[in-house]
Amino acid sequence: MTGLSDILETGRHIGGHNPWPRVVVDAEGWNLAASLAADGLYTMLGLWGESDVVHMALAMQDPLEIAVLSLPCPDGIFPSVGHHHPPAIRLERAIQDLFGLKAEGATDVRPWLDHGRWGKREPLGAARTDVGLGDVYAFLPVEGEGLHQIPVGPVHAGIIEPGHFRFTASGETVVRLEERLGYTHKATENLMAGADIAHAAKLAGRVSGDTTVAYAIAFAQAVETALGVVAPPRAQWLRVLMIELERIANHLGDFGAICNDASFAIMLAYCGILRERLLRVANIAFGHRLMMDRVVPGGVAADLSSEGTSAILALIAEIRARIPALVKLYDGATSLQDRTVSTGRLNPALARQFGAGGFVGRAAGRTFDARMFPGPLPYDALDFQVVTRNEGDVNARVWVRIEEVTQSLELIDQILGQLPEGITRIELPNARDVCEGMAIVEGFRGDILVWLRVVADGRITRCHLRDPSWFQWPLLEAIIEGNIVADFPLCNKSFNCSYSGHDL
Amino acid sequence: MLRLLLEGLIRSPVTEQAPVPEDRAIGELAEAMRNASRRYLGRSLAIREVDAGSCNGCELEIHALSNPYYDLERFGLRFVASPRHADVLLVTGPVTKNMKEALQRTYSATANPKWVVALGDCAIDGGCFAGSYAVIGSVSEVIPVDIQIPGCPPSPTTILKGLLALLERSPVQSM
Repeated sequence: MTGLSDILETGRHIGGHNPWPRVVVDAEGWNLAASLAADGLYTMLGLWGESDVVHMALAMQDPLEIAVLSLPCPDGIFPSVGHHHPPAIRLERAIQDLFGLKAEGATDVRPWLDHGRWGKREPLGAARTDVGLGDVYAFLPVEGEGLHQIPVGPVHAGIIEPGHFRFTASGETVVRLEERLGYTHKATENLMAGADIAHAAKLAGRVSGDTTVAYAIAFAQAVETALGVVAPPRAQWLRVLMIELERIANHLGDFGAICNDASFAIMLAYCGILRERLLRVANIAFGHRLMMDRVVPGGVAADLSSEGTSAILALIAEIRARIPALVKLYDGATSLQDRTVSTGRLNPALARQFGAGGFVGRAAGRTFDARMFPGPLPYDALDFQVVTRNEGDVNARVWVRIEEVTQSLELIDQILGQLPEGITRIELPNARDVCEGMAIVEGFRGDILVWLRVVADGRITRCHLRDPSWFQWPLLEAIIEGNIVADFPLCNKSFNCSYSGHDL
Repeated sequence: MLRLLLEGLIRSPVTEQAPVPEDRAIGELAEAMRNASRRYLGRSLAIREVDAGSCNGCELEIHALSNPYYDLERFGLRFVASPRHADVLLVTGPVTKNMKEALQRTYSATANPKWVVALGDCAIDGGCFAGSYAVIGSVSEVIPVDIQIPGCPPSPTTILKGLLALLERSPVQSM
């Protein structure tokens, strides 16, 4: 059978791409790769463009195999991957919006990020001037008797990010949800092109504020890999410490918020207390509540003092002491269980097909967790298991997150117990030539992919950052089907996709 | 459930009393806000938050205002679901071009008198997104801004201080 290894053998290898291979393929190789993803043999990790080339990252989990395939498109077209493999559809629409590269054979060619308001079209490609008055968006037609539509957003009722949801309901039952995103598009990748590494790192830390540490690590690791350096051991350990704190903070916040969406406000209050304690400790230990800009290419910008260590130790002791009562409360409240059990069920096959990352995938049978990948982060020296569930409902996602909190507490214990001494940052060398780096880091929401190219003067010429939400948002559309409108907040919060991370 | 509630009865509240030694700022704020808001707004200020393209960092800290430590509502401040019910628009983000119209419409839907708070560095001058083809670059270029609260993101205490400043200057400007 023809597999990825054959494609890699026949393609032209690009030197200076680390740590995984990048290979230039022809249309045949591209189509073959698309079919590997469509057949479920490989997971599509990402699909992104440049002015005249498209890239696709594929992964096999066991044995771990990751590669980037690049297809030059001198005529501005490339064979559609989404045609065979639906997870690629929105990515192709984004490539078309930003670079003007068209996916030939694509089933959905509507703009995605481009709302017709930027004043230019294909801003990272031809950059044609445009009046920017806004496009009319063609929502999918809905046919059937007695159906009604509920448009929601982009400004929502709660304190959340902007996006539009178009519900079609039959009575109280949702028969279709169509998302329209792109409202928070800030052109982060365009701002990174030509930026120096320090400024680009700042931008990477603001792709999605709730997962700033994970993005900062992914970006730093991609830069370091490209330049052929490794951050010092103490920095690597502190990075894991910060990312696990970030994971706990988000899981706690969302656990409370999910219960609150089922009118169980007491949980929000209790979780809110623990989350606030954590942010204050992060501020003591690293000088910023969200730990923004604390991870930098070359290492970390804040070392951990003994005061910080004792604050963290006290914090994890407190969270550990409080969690059992909250779990018991969650598990014992039938009114709450009534809302979360069997609600918003994600079919494991769909989770697999979309390569759903994080707790969304792991609550529906996937075992994918980028923390298990070999790499500079010292997870291999730490003892932990990937938490999975099979039910795929809101309840399963809650449980995965609860268990991940417990596990992250254990990890932090282990980290503080064996944190190596030494320097926390190195000077980055100048790039000798054009070099490319890639990193996949498990943030709280799932695997974040960063791919970038650095040139000799130390500038980034292209950086792509793929949020896990790209493969989770479409699944939210799928899981709400057949549920009642009132359960949407629960389903939505149990996914907690990032708008900013997706719109970029 | 019962045990948690019982525990709640015997444990002291986490809400920081005004004033508490380590967080005096919040305490002072509570007192000052009480005076200012009683005079001008009958102790009530309804806030509608609008994310105009932030990275969601600001939203996290705005959310924190409602946790038991800050307990926003004791100051007479509360978040509302509709601009129709709001006195204040609390706007975050560099105002992406894709959100400009939504922000303008939200402003139009807010009844007078109304005030606008630009929250976070992005909302003030675009922050690190300034100069992008996809952002306007500040809230004040789209709707009139009464007060700015800097930070990336500003801490909950900083946000509270900013809202207080708004209460103290709003009557002069708009009433």
